[in-house]
Amino acid sequence: MEGVSHLLVRATALENQDPLIRDRILAKRRVALLFYESSTRTRTSFELAAKGLGADTTLVSSLSSSIEKGESLKDTGLTLRALGAEAIILRHNSSGAPWLLEAETRLPVLNAGDGMHEHPTQALLDLRTILAHLRPGVEIVNAETLAGVTVTIVGDILHSRVARSNMLLLPRLGAHVLLCGPKELLPELAAKAGPGIAIERDFDAALRQSQAVMMLRIQAERLSGLQLDLEQYKAAFQLSGPRLAAQAPTALVLHPGPIIRGLEITAGVADGPQSAILEQVKNGVAIRMAVVERALTANGTGGRA
Amino acid sequence: MTALVIRGGQLIDPAAGVDGLKDILLKDGRVAEIAAPGKLKQANGAEVLDATGLTVAPGLIDIHVHLREPGQGYKETIASGTAAAAAGGFTAVAAMPNTVPVNDSPEITRWMLAPERGAAIRVFPIAAATRGSKGDTINDYAALKSAGAVAVTDDGHPILKDNIMRETLAAAARVGLSVIQHAEDTRLTQGASMNLGPMSFKLGLRGMPTEAESGMVERDIRLVTELRDARVHLHVAHTSTAAALAAVRQARRNGLRVTCEVAPHHFLLTEEHVGFYNTHCKMNPPLRSAADRDAMIEAILDGVVDAIATDHAPHAVHEKEVEFENAPNGITGLETALGLSLRWLHKEWKMPLGRVLSLLSAQPAALLNLKGRGTLTVGSFGDVVVFDPKAEWIYRARETKSRSRNTPFDGWTMQGKVRWTISEGRVAYNGKVS
Repeated sequence: MEGVSHLLVRATALENQDPLIRDRILAKRRVALLFYESSTRTRTSFELAAKGLGADTTLVSSLSSSIEKGESLKDTGLTLRALGAEAIILRHNSSGAPWLLEAETRLPVLNAGDGMHEHPTQALLDLRTILAHLRPGVEIVNAETLAGVTVTIVGDILHSRVARSNMLLLPRLGAHVLLCGPKELLPELAAKAGPGIAIERDFDAALRQSQAVMMLRIQAERLSGLQLDLEQYKAAFQLSGPRLAAQAPTALVLHPGPIIRGLEITAGVADGPQSAILEQVKNGVAIRMAVVERALTANGTGGRA
Repeated sequence: MTALVIRGGQLIDPAAGVDGLKDILLKDGRVAEIAAPGKLKQANGAEVLDATGLTVAPGLIDIHVHLREPGQGYKETIASGTAAAAAGGFTAVAAMPNTVPVNDSPEITRWMLAPERGAAIRVFPIAAATRGSKGDTINDYAALKSAGAVAVTDDGHPILKDNIMRETLAAAARVGLSVIQHAEDTRLTQGASMNLGPMSFKLGLRGMPTEAESGMVERDIRLVTELRDARVHLHVAHTSTAAALAAVRQARRNGLRVTCEVAPHHFLLTEEHVGFYNTHCKMNPPLRSAADRDAMIEAILDGVVDAIATDHAPHAVHEKEVEFENAPNGITGLETALGLSLRWLHKEWKMPLGRVLSLLSAQPAALLNLKGRGTLTVGSFGDVVVFDPKAEWIYRARETKSRSRNTPFDGWTMQGKVRWTISEGRVAYNGKVS
């Protein structure tokens, strides 16, 4: 919890700091962004975060690099290190890739999303967003900070690293996490991932208990042959204006993006007054500044947050 | 050929019911004489190995190894794999056919058996059940058998089609070969890299359900039942789930010739050992839950398991230094099987030494009908392991005789140090402490 509090405090401090002074924190330090999957929000916000602290960044993506020629993650990592990278921000389609990269390069590796496993900075920025609305002003968190708060995560839980990171983080602050989705995308064993997690397949029932609801995209790229009836899915799990008004008229609406309007969420809800989707994006830069700063200024505290 | 006397050791030969201090004379590759200490009659001029304080037992037999030749000598060769086997106390190994090309022909079988391969101990090829292990066309089992194959299997490419598996069982039975099945319904394990459970969910890895194994075992047993032919022998490779063991247990009660083996990693490790994506804990079948692991131990102790087999599967360092999902399945095991079995089955779980040794020699020999092996009666092959049963030592993967060192047991404490491994009367490994 101390680590989380530290990051939340630093995120606010860095966000409020004069950019010309903040610029000196990591002046001319070298940070590599290594992206094996496409990304808009995470990549850009990590890059802006590192640059905001004065670091030089370089982007290597799987297309347009030697990765296309079959270079291994180990060799790509060693190459980046030889080029002077002091930390690597990694987005990878294989779960666990950050551990491999860190073991082979012995550099701090920041996990920008690994396969279906975790997306820790997303969970931190989600937490910052939730706190801003439900616990305004709170940055030092503990095991009771979110006591009494229920957060429902809806949709493709099985393939979602965002869901995993949130369901492991939020209960540590006392929140109750409800998982909601069809059996194919939400196996029963998900509830055993950690304490404070339960499954509620009835979306309306889940909404009625929730102070925040986190919608997830159907990840077509990870379904691997699984057939879903989208009309059925929408009927059961789409967050629409009438459903939100009827079941959770004050709940905070979150989505890690990219959103597919008209599928998991309607345009009206995404753009509506309860939506914090763009606030999440904004919080991403602040959180990632704190994470990058920690990786490069505190020896060995590691980057996987 | 020179004669060899193993003097003063405790001879444990479970198949012959022997457990006592004996001198043994090996001559012309065979056991020539066994006598009370100092009482050998024909030992004049023989070289003498002093086994005082040591255990002398039939050489160990591993019926499930991957020697990687032909085709993948960078992982292992027949020479290096058998050298590792000898260091582990093995005098015979049965080599799986998933080589490059697949061993589905008498020519490849004979190539593997040629003296040029430099095998340190006896190799028994297991041939592919179907052409190219593609699961469609049955091979010529009579020809494979006369070339030296001792069983058939498609190993990592289990035979899914009922009719093909039925034909395989029937055809193999006609020529007296066993059918070994790597039981996995691969339709349920697409893209999966570990056991399905809370751990795989947490790690974000696709999981293999236990039903993929047990369902295939149940299907195979149903086919054996339907064939109503006493010659049919189904052997279930590397059993890893309680449900599969239950099916084997039931089949045996029903009088069927269904046998099974368990690998040391499946009676010692669980899915938790995958930890932070340790590729040395990635194999197929995967490490399972603690309940499944406990079922393996129970079944070994109560006799349902017929053999301990290692599934020795060497892979080069660079192949395992990759993303977990991309890493190949398998770990080495020939050098650690005895040490782990003695340390855990015997010392920890109190299995009598003779029974542990039987699972590693007499029983596997019987399974694959390896005549004259797995026992040390007069006339048997001079396949012997001599080891210090009390010695504890630490296994170091970097000191392996294998070309690969992909083992989760690096740094583990072993019990029972091999002093000599003797293959057909000739010292194949000398574990002299320098």
